[in-house]
Amino acid sequence: MAEVRLENISKHFNEVIAVSDFNLSIKDREFVVLVGPSGCGKTTTLRMIAGLEAITNGNIYIADRLINRLPAKDRNIAMVFQNYALYPHMSVYQNMAFGLEQRKAPKEEIKRRVKEAAEILGIQDLMNRRPKQLSGGQRQRVAVGRAIVRKPEVFLFDEPLSNLDAKLRAQTRVELKKLHGRLATTIVYVTHDQVEAMTMGDRIVVMKDGFIQQVGSPLELYNDPTNIFVAGFIGSPAMNFFEAELIRAGDLISLQTDSFGIDLPPEKTLVLKGYSEKRVIVGIRPEDLLEAKKHVPGKTIQTTVEVVEPIGSEMYLNVSAGHCALIASVDRKTKVQPHQSFILEPSLDYLHLFDIRNENALS
Amino acid sequence: MVAERFGSKLIKFYVPLVLYLFFLLFPFYWMANTVFKSDKELYNLKLNPFYIHSPTFENVVHLFTETIFLKWMANTFFVAILATLISLAASLLAAYAIQRLQFKTSGPTGVAIFLGYLVPQTILFIPLAHIIFKVKLWDSLWSLVLTYPTFLIPFCTWLLMGYFKSIPKEMEECAMIDGTSRINIFRKIILPLCLPGILSAGIFCFTLSWNEFLYALAFISTTSSKTVPIGLVTELVRGDVYHWGPLMAGALCASVPVALVYAFFVEHYVAGMTGALKE
Repeated sequence: MAEVRLENISKHFNEVIAVSDFNLSIKDREFVVLVGPSGCGKTTTLRMIAGLEAITNGNIYIADRLINRLPAKDRNIAMVFQNYALYPHMSVYQNMAFGLEQRKAPKEEIKRRVKEAAEILGIQDLMNRRPKQLSGGQRQRVAVGRAIVRKPEVFLFDEPLSNLDAKLRAQTRVELKKLHGRLATTIVYVTHDQVEAMTMGDRIVVMKDGFIQQVGSPLELYNDPTNIFVAGFIGSPAMNFFEAELIRAGDLISLQTDSFGIDLPPEKTLVLKGYSEKRVIVGIRPEDLLEAKKHVPGKTIQTTVEVVEPIGSEMYLNVSAGHCALIASVDRKTKVQPHQSFILEPSLDYLHLFDIRNENALS
Repeated sequence: MVAERFGSKLIKFYVPLVLYLFFLLFPFYWMANTVFKSDKELYNLKLNPFYIHSPTFENVVHLFTETIFLKWMANTFFVAILATLISLAASLLAAYAIQRLQFKTSGPTGVAIFLGYLVPQTILFIPLAHIIFKVKLWDSLWSLVLTYPTFLIPFCTWLLMGYFKSIPKEMEECAMIDGTSRINIFRKIILPLCLPGILSAGIFCFTLSWNEFLYALAFISTTSSKTVPIGLVTELVRGDVYHWGPLMAGALCASVPVALVYAFFVEHYVAGMTGALKE
């Protein structure tokens, strides 16, 4: 039970800056996910919390205790590694008991706690096996079990699902979330998979090049991304982006590309005051491009279908409109063939506009 | 089809294998062949040299009664085992430190140790002799115990460095978070996982120490302190008279322990040399 606070954390590896000015306050029992492409500094941040990496600048607190220089073993944390890091020469029981033995817990206590953790994870039958006799999913459970027997204040997960196949990953995702509810502990979870981040996190921290891009709940990130990077990173398939010019005609502002125009609703006018006659980047999610029956200039986009990707629950259309390539997610029953023309209506409430220079959202 | 495949395997695999085996085993055959021949038979050019006409044990008896061969064996064991233990202890710690403790000069230290390995024994024995003399270990088995590690440690360190590298760092980090001290991580995680590597390093050390010739020749002069390679050559070659029979008997007996060591640990040895940690 502890909150974790990171203040102005940065980490330099010689010349390379891995993490810059990282500020985050993680509440007690919160499930926070650090997400970003590889090399964005998320794992480094996690390792700094764990005490496996020294911090260059800033302060880290766990439960209001400054832990900058505290060795990893005294931070009362547990970490689950990407490759699980199970000890190959020990049985599952020994693997799980190792941490407690190192802390000189009484034998009976160790037995009881390992049994308890094994029951939670459903691995009671595997206790005498060696790691190499386990499947990927079972190893993952043992790794989690090894972390929970210690009853730490904070759990750190470093891409624990990336070695599992897709089906097992989805299953384990749910189980980990259930486990979080049951253990009621603070969890910091690192992943590069935005689906994992969206489905598991109470809050998500999107990182890029060592900087925090945005912190928010999954829906906040989805609905109000602060910049192009977050907008493109969250959501699958990724948001469509295209350049357009803002044209003002009286009270009306419209977006104009080489092949189509979209009239914006009046409430957006105020925000866009300084941007008229300038170019902006428009973002719209595939699921916010709807099929329209009739082409209405200023409201819909006339496109040509290039590729149809039926994925079962819905259908992704790769379409082009002039120089713009767009992806639209349409109803699975839509009857459509490649090379046919198709009319799309962007739902204006979910239209995102970004500054072309600093790539931040205009709001 | 099957015949074709077999033919191809015959040429690519079995023929080279047989040639190689012949190349390797012929000296052993010659050695064993000589041991059980009397001098009379050995020097009789009319007889077929590949065959023993009247087997005899007189050479073996001569070896064990006329020389102190058993004492030499004991000496060699003593030196080889102690030198191996010293080298293993030093290289384990060195390799672990170079590979895992992050200090600025870890890379250069590794290279420096390797360079030590490149200095030939024929150059090194002169300054070493000087040192041995100064510390008054001349003509003592301890001179060998202490000088053999000069060529054993560099090789073992590099072999073990490769091995340590194959152990995921996360295992140690996990143990560290669990509250294990560095020394306990080394004892409880690293050592058990490196056992094949340690075994192959140990076998290597033992074999090299067992066969070592130059240092033993330079540093030991008393007959009762000699090791097998030196003892045989100095006591059974008198001037230009070669006592071939006992000489070969000694060589045969001396090769038995090494052969046994390899036979027992060959799997570990291969695994250790290829540096693979199997999870």
